[in-house]
Amino acid sequence: MPGGAGTFRERLSGPHQRGQGVGSRMHMNIANDTPSTARKPALAVIGNGMAGMRTVEELLKLAPDLYDITVFGAEPHGNYNRILLSPLLAGDKSMDDIMLNTPEWYRQHGITLHAGDPVTGIDRQRRIVRSRAGIELRYDRLLLATGSKPFIIPVPGHQLPGVIAFRDIQDVETMLAAARSHRHAVVIGGGLLGLEAANGLLRQGMDVTVVHVMDSLMERQLDKSAAVLLKKALEQKGLRFLLNAQTAEIIGAEQVTAVRFKDGTEIPADLVVMTAGVRPNIELAQQAGLHCERAIVVDDTLQTYDPRIYAVGECVQHRMATFGLVAPIWDQARVCGAHLAGAGHRRYVQQATATKLKVTGVDLYSAGDFIGGEGSEDLVLRDPRRGIYKRLVIKGPHIVGAVLYGDVKDGPWYFEMIQGRTDISALRSQLLFGQALCAQAA
Amino acid sequence: MDPVPTFPLLAASQLAGTLTTCPYCGVGCGVRATVRGDGQVDIAGDETHASNAGRLCVKGSALGETVDLDGRLLHPQMRARHGDALQRVSWDAALDKVALGFRSVIEQHGPDAVALYVSGQLLTEDYYIANKLMKGYIGSANIDTNSRLCMSSAVAGHKRAFGADLVPLCYEDLELADLVVLVGSNTAWCHPILFQRIARIRETRPQMKLVVIDPRRTATCELADLHLPLKAGSDVWLFNGLLSFLARHDAADGSFIEAHTNGLEAALETAEAECADLAAVAKTCKLDPQDLLTFYEWFAANEKVVTAFSQGVNQSSSGTDKVNSIINCHLLTGRIGKEGMGPFSITGQPNAMGGREVGGMANMLAAHMDLDNPRHRQTVQDFWQAPRMAQRPGLKALDLFQAIEAGQVKAVWIIATNPVVSLPDADQVQRALAKCELVVMSDIIEKTDTGAFAHVVLPALGWGEKDGTVTSSERRISRQRAFLPAPGEARADWQILCQVAQRMGYAGFDFSAAHQVFDEHARLSSFRNGDAFGQRRVFNLAGLSGLDQAAFDALQPVQWPVVATSAGEKQGTARLFADGRFAHADGKARFIATAPRAPQHAADSDYPLSLNTGRVRDQWHTMTRTGKSPKLADHVPESFVDMHPQDALLYGVREGALARVSSRWGSMVARVQHGGGIARGSIFVPIHWNGQSASDARVGALVNPVVDPVSGEPEFKHTPVLVEEFRVAWYGFVLSRGRPVLDDVTHWTRIQGRRFNRYELAGRSPIADHGAWAADLLGVAIADADWLEYQDASAGIYRAVHVVDDRIEACLFLSPRPDLPSRAWLAGLFVKEQLEDADRIGLLLGQPIAKGADTGPTVCSCFSVGRNTICDAARKQGLTTVAQVTACLKAGGNCGSCVPEIKKLLTEISIVEVV
Repeated sequence: MPGGAGTFRERLSGPHQRGQGVGSRMHMNIANDTPSTARKPALAVIGNGMAGMRTVEELLKLAPDLYDITVFGAEPHGNYNRILLSPLLAGDKSMDDIMLNTPEWYRQHGITLHAGDPVTGIDRQRRIVRSRAGIELRYDRLLLATGSKPFIIPVPGHQLPGVIAFRDIQDVETMLAAARSHRHAVVIGGGLLGLEAANGLLRQGMDVTVVHVMDSLMERQLDKSAAVLLKKALEQKGLRFLLNAQTAEIIGAEQVTAVRFKDGTEIPADLVVMTAGVRPNIELAQQAGLHCERAIVVDDTLQTYDPRIYAVGECVQHRMATFGLVAPIWDQARVCGAHLAGAGHRRYVQQATATKLKVTGVDLYSAGDFIGGEGSEDLVLRDPRRGIYKRLVIKGPHIVGAVLYGDVKDGPWYFEMIQGRTDISALRSQLLFGQALCAQAA
Repeated sequence: MDPVPTFPLLAASQLAGTLTTCPYCGVGCGVRATVRGDGQVDIAGDETHASNAGRLCVKGSALGETVDLDGRLLHPQMRARHGDALQRVSWDAALDKVALGFRSVIEQHGPDAVALYVSGQLLTEDYYIANKLMKGYIGSANIDTNSRLCMSSAVAGHKRAFGADLVPLCYEDLELADLVVLVGSNTAWCHPILFQRIARIRETRPQMKLVVIDPRRTATCELADLHLPLKAGSDVWLFNGLLSFLARHDAADGSFIEAHTNGLEAALETAEAECADLAAVAKTCKLDPQDLLTFYEWFAANEKVVTAFSQGVNQSSSGTDKVNSIINCHLLTGRIGKEGMGPFSITGQPNAMGGREVGGMANMLAAHMDLDNPRHRQTVQDFWQAPRMAQRPGLKALDLFQAIEAGQVKAVWIIATNPVVSLPDADQVQRALAKCELVVMSDIIEKTDTGAFAHVVLPALGWGEKDGTVTSSERRISRQRAFLPAPGEARADWQILCQVAQRMGYAGFDFSAAHQVFDEHARLSSFRNGDAFGQRRVFNLAGLSGLDQAAFDALQPVQWPVVATSAGEKQGTARLFADGRFAHADGKARFIATAPRAPQHAADSDYPLSLNTGRVRDQWHTMTRTGKSPKLADHVPESFVDMHPQDALLYGVREGALARVSSRWGSMVARVQHGGGIARGSIFVPIHWNGQSASDARVGALVNPVVDPVSGEPEFKHTPVLVEEFRVAWYGFVLSRGRPVLDDVTHWTRIQGRRFNRYELAGRSPIADHGAWAADLLGVAIADADWLEYQDASAGIYRAVHVVDDRIEACLFLSPRPDLPSRAWLAGLFVKEQLEDADRIGLLLGQPIAKGADTGPTVCSCFSVGRNTICDAARKQGLTTVAQVTACLKAGGNCGSCVPEIKKLLTEISIVEVV
């Protein structure tokens, strides 16, 4: 998958280490009440995020009673849909809407959940994990789903209060609080996540400036033409943009007050949201001596170099790629769940991926290799007045990439053809005009 | 089948407006024109007119679309030198310039150094004045006409056979005949109303036979019992063979021949020399001998036979002989002068006949009198009181332009015709006009190919504005009446001619209305006409003399000769020669010995194909009028090279692509088509397109400057040519409300649409930046414009649409192949004041995109699954959980944002189901 570890919004993760602000702990030793007859093998899951829990769900589908399962999560919540933090911030969704697995779900499945209690060490020799609260748990199988950490640009002032990432419910709460009492927000990073954060803050009534180091927004997902349309549309909504802007310093004494750039200019800031990318969260794995490169290296079965330990999600590296979108991680969860269940015939295969920006009123879809390059050909359609831009990248008889702006309804159809390597030679002249027409013609 | 649309009769309640005559072909249909309050002109057939009884062809019925003032010449203009821009001047200045220019050339170089080149589209009154000025006052016969190009062979044939240019029969004879033979005539397209009369009568008389003799399988053949696709130019063999066959099969009318003809022996001897053997004739004509025999037998067996012929006969280096070879067969069988029989020349222009009547050709005088007849000259001179009579024939069309190039003719006045397009070797015409000291042009159109060479251009009245008479192919004189005011400063052609004549100091041009001119013409026709004067002339309008304005306005269509009955009524004449008396001095008709000759230039290895030219159904001449009608543009929008598919393969051209056609005289470019009607070895190219309508489609430039030795009519139907691929980098089209800048376009054709101009384009140089190129071409500043684009760069496909205020302004489609989308739907958008959303979506495709099923508002945006889709699936397949919906529709299976909404939908459905 190209650009795996980028700024994609659709992040999954297990727990990640936060330097501060960990709230109340939530222990749910629900399974303790259940008398165990014969001792079942123990599965420890580090990370109560989307990747870890989806893997557990896949496992339970195949082998509901195989393991004693214990889950450690850093955040003091149940498992929630991190992708929906943007709608949560924007006010389109409530907390209830974004929760995935309720406490009852854990209880029903006999899973022990330690929420708000991150794992601090793994002893592979003794097959024991140790939590910050001092829980030691022996495992037969271990699943690492530690996710990723936001990248905080280490400019002077980056540790000032009011400088945050956009990663979890805590961040959303910080932003909502800031919006109630402050006016100026600066979002550093004009990628998918940054724009969704900026949009949310705007919806909460703040003056928002998006600062981007590149000359074009969402350059990992969009070509320049689409980026220009996007910028125009977001400007009309009220966002301001500073492109080619290199942040030099975050200014403030007690609290952030401004952002200064390398050219010396300054803009006021009561809140700075860093959305400049993420890093796979692999500290724990490295401490345990697991083989890591950019992330925890896994094979096609999602097994690490230690046969008892599996890893899924944003913390893994598979065949040189790392991951940030939800779709490949669902695939990983399916494969990993099967292997944990002992039904180990599945192999994880990387597929092209597609993304959509979740900003109300902005329709944007990109999939596959939309940059193209040597040997690729472009089909382009522009209708700026209607705010429509579509581009398909073709290689030989196949679509390899798509960027759709304004009219995205055919996105999944193109994506299907990208993944299916459909021969489009006969459709080429009508392809960009959509599935309905091509179906008509066929 | 009915290949030609005609239009229904009007209900009596709709009758109103002005009765006039159609300005197109020689059928001379009556037209009823009504000017509406908004200035639009409604056109209907005149149900009282004998030619068409209320019916009109598609060209005639579209006349209302051709009378607007777009492109009209409205003021006199002059330029100092060739190449300078034309400047508007007063009528006085322009008329003085013409009069002085002509007078000074005449004074220095004599009367034969000036010339008039006029047109079968002039009214008889215009023609009469032009001829009078030239032959009676300037004293030269250097007045010729574009009628030279279409029916001078018929004139010459008539004169040789009958002693005068006399068409013996009338349209009704086509309906009374048992056998109609159409020779070299695509009647269905070129004379549609006549063809419809034949088609209708055959419904009631199915035994009536129709034979079409034409190298092409034209639309006319659809109705034929027999089509003889003879080798181009072999007509004389065919009719000599017929003459021989008739003589040998006892079909000759001995008593008629004896009493009323001369010269049979020589004619028959000549015919028998080569054509006595039917098999040999069939071989020469490349016909199936059995088909040929069938035709000969039918001809022999049917007393009532009409042989109608047009340009396929006339436009030939042996055109006059072809005409006479046809007439010979009618004389041999005595089938002339009676109902339902005779040789019938069908003319191509509205007033070719009227022009002939006033003598508007270089070898005629006036009122069917001959220049080389001293008695006739004296008659005309006395009548005109002419100061200086022309004494000998003048220069015929091709000779005239040769003489201009040679510097012998130094001033020419071209009226109502476009010789740079229509003459053979048309590039020579350009060279001649470029050298000419004074070129004067009277026209109704500002920009024509010929006008580019004019020093003085004079605005004339067009159809609907001018007033006078025309004569149809059956000798029927009809009024063209004005129903529109004169636009700008335009004047009637006769009036302009008179004003110049007066400025040149000539008396005899003091007319103030068209009826006065007509009256003089009518009186001349009967002046000293009769045995008492030793000149009995058939052309006689004695019955139409003395018409005042009111009587002229009330004139009903009538066939000449016209006598006044004792009751004072005007009585016309349906048929001539009923009494067996012809116009030669001895009263007899003459057989003419016609030794067959092949076309002058044979195809050879350099120019292996023979070019045939002609009209298409919905255009007329050089399109200055029909080109304005969007309705007429639909049928054949651009010029083409029709050829046999095997020839196309042989010469490396492809249907739909462009080809260069070249001869020893010039070249042109047009689109290849396989109409299915062309034999191998031949091609067909239409005559209409010109420098105003296309970049390089003047077929006249190719046509060999070869003429019939008797008639001077050019051989338009046979020029050796070569067809080659015209390789281009791209094809395209533009539809635009404006006029694009075509400087960089190698090949273009302009087509009139309803509220837009259509351009078919092709280019040789590849386009680097399509967007910028398109913006330049259409004159659009893209940055601020509502500008839609589609591009498949590596395939070379580019499309752009310019929308202004939600109205389509222009669109451009390009492709490396001629496989462009249909223009029809896009064209229809130009009449819309506002594009609908549905239209807009289809713009870049060039076709409407039907809406898919309504899937409802999007619920799952990752997989674009709509609410209706989810609800339908849930109901039909009984889905109750999100997981089931995801398994079925994928919805909710990616980011999960829509899972709450899907849950809600499922709940709603289950509630509804329960209720």
